[in-house]
Amino acid sequence: MKTGRILRSVLIALLLALVLRPDWFVPIFAPFAPDGGPVIYQRASMLSLSLSHLGIVTLASAAATIVAVALAILVTRPAGAAFRPLSRTITNMGQTFPPVAVLALAVPALGFGAGPTLVALFLYGLLPIFENAVTALTSLPRATTQAARGIGLSRLQRLLRVELPLALPVTLTGIRLSIVIGLGTATIGSTVAARTLGEVIIAGLLTNNTAYVLQGGLIVGLFAVLIYDALVQLELYLTGRMGG
Amino acid sequence: MIEIDSITKTYGTMNAVDAVSMRVETGSITAIVGTSGSGKTTLLRMINRLEEPTSGEVRINGTSTSSVKPHLLRRRIGYAIQGHGLFPHHTVARNIGAVPELLKWSRDKINERVDELLALFSMDPAEFRDRFPAELSGGQQQRVGVARALASRPDLLLMDEPFGALDPIIRTRAQKDLAHIQRKLGSTIMLVTHDMEEAISLGDHVAVMDGGKLVQYAPPAEIIARPATDFVANMVGDVERPLRLLSLISVSEIIEAGEADGEGLPETASLRDALSACLWSGRDALPATREGAVVGRVTLKAIRARAGAHL
Ligand SMILES: Nc1ncnc2c1ncn2[C@@H]1O[C@H](COP(=O)(O)OP(=O)(O)OP(=O)(O)O)[C@@H](O)[C@H]1O
Ligand SMILES: [Mg+2]
Repeated sequence: MKTGRILRSVLIALLLALVLRPDWFVPIFAPFAPDGGPVIYQRASMLSLSLSHLGIVTLASAAATIVAVALAILVTRPAGAAFRPLSRTITNMGQTFPPVAVLALAVPALGFGAGPTLVALFLYGLLPIFENAVTALTSLPRATTQAARGIGLSRLQRLLRVELPLALPVTLTGIRLSIVIGLGTATIGSTVAARTLGEVIIAGLLTNNTAYVLQGGLIVGLFAVLIYDALVQLELYLTGRMGG
Repeated sequence: MIEIDSITKTYGTMNAVDAVSMRVETGSITAIVGTSGSGKTTLLRMINRLEEPTSGEVRINGTSTSSVKPHLLRRRIGYAIQGHGLFPHHTVARNIGAVPELLKWSRDKINERVDELLALFSMDPAEFRDRFPAELSGGQQQRVGVARALASRPDLLLMDEPFGALDPIIRTRAQKDLAHIQRKLGSTIMLVTHDMEEAISLGDHVAVMDGGKLVQYAPPAEIIARPATDFVANMVGDVERPLRLLSLISVSEIIEAGEADGEGLPETASLRDALSACLWSGRDALPATREGAVVGRVTLKAIRARAGAHL
């Protein structure tokens, strides 16, 4: 626990430094840069790229969460059970489609910029959230759901007061997976001119500058690890309160 | 009054409850007993429409339950589910206050009621109010489940093995408390148990279920005196255990100093004989004799204590 906390603080400090003071890392990245070439990406500030990257992921994940949870609620009602296989198929397709293909297909419709990336991330995020929410909603402790009916909660009250709160931890696991997938996947959005940290990595690949690749990759990786960790802590807190 | 009119529940090809009819008087306790799988829970759950009967009808004070929206019907009927079914994400206080909250009681009134019920079930309100169900023992969870059913003081209470997880001492006390509450409020209680002893001590009427059928429905005395079938006789057999036990203990073991009126009993007689003599002659104590001379007395209270100690 204690080493975990120390490690976490070190990683946060490292991330902040990489985003806010990239120049500090010149000596470290220099060996990877081409001779005489730039070591640190200068065309945009790391801060603005990071914010835009996180913004795109947040927006896409929020939309995916809303749609996937709504869909999960729908198909776990008696009236919607018939749609469960169909909705499974649809969300699964969203996941099997390569993100690059989604980008390529979305560009003609949405043009260059953040649009195609948002669509790809949204489709990618649906499945884990939907699957987890359905599992959570269909495996609630029977005595509890029966008691909820038994004391006279209406359908809506049962959903809002008992089913959704109890399904929250497992659903959060799905949201966490979807966010982490999104953080990584968003980098390729820069191929169609979305402003993400992928810009740094791609610039590095195009100019044969490993220093750029390292810089961008490190920041994305650190965001992913820290956000993952924060969400795990949140889930632990929620399940802990309910006694597992 | 609750009238259960030829109610049947079929699962696949099996009748879990098979054409059961009974009438429950307002303000009485009815204990439903039977072996596991005999349809007790199913019968109880058809009364508040957690299960819809395949055929038949339940009327409460003349009104068919099928004419009321199920969730509104259930708010008026207290229900303690088998295995407590507490809400794991709510505190003990919120669990107990769930129905009053639905009925829009004021916050103060709910809090007061929660504390009152916790105290009634020997759980210190200050200590337990804010705990989560996972932080309670099995017996405490079960008591909170019963408290939740009682919270809104419903006229009708359905309880499915409410005392199953309690140790004998707390169980006896909880039974007494329930009987006390029932007498005070005049509520109608239908209680499921597979313990004939509990059924006989708590019930004004006992309903014995076997394989989905109601095989006997009668006051406890009649169930004991005139069991309708071998199955009922077998179930009652268990109740005699304390009597059998008493027949193994002699009066000499519980003689105490003191006087008693009437005919004496030799100290070699069994406690069962002593009990019998007490009941027969309507006395609370008998003189105990050794070779014809009085050496002390044996009291009904001591006999009872002895019988209870081994239960
Ligand atoms: N939803 C269901 N689907 C199919 N069969 C069921 C269902 N619920 C109950 N049964 C069956 O109906 C019969 C009666 O069940 P019930 O729960 O009423 O028994 P019980 O008397 O309460 O038993 P216990 O003392 O074990 O609680 C059992 O054989 C059970 O397997
Ligand atoms: Mg049962």
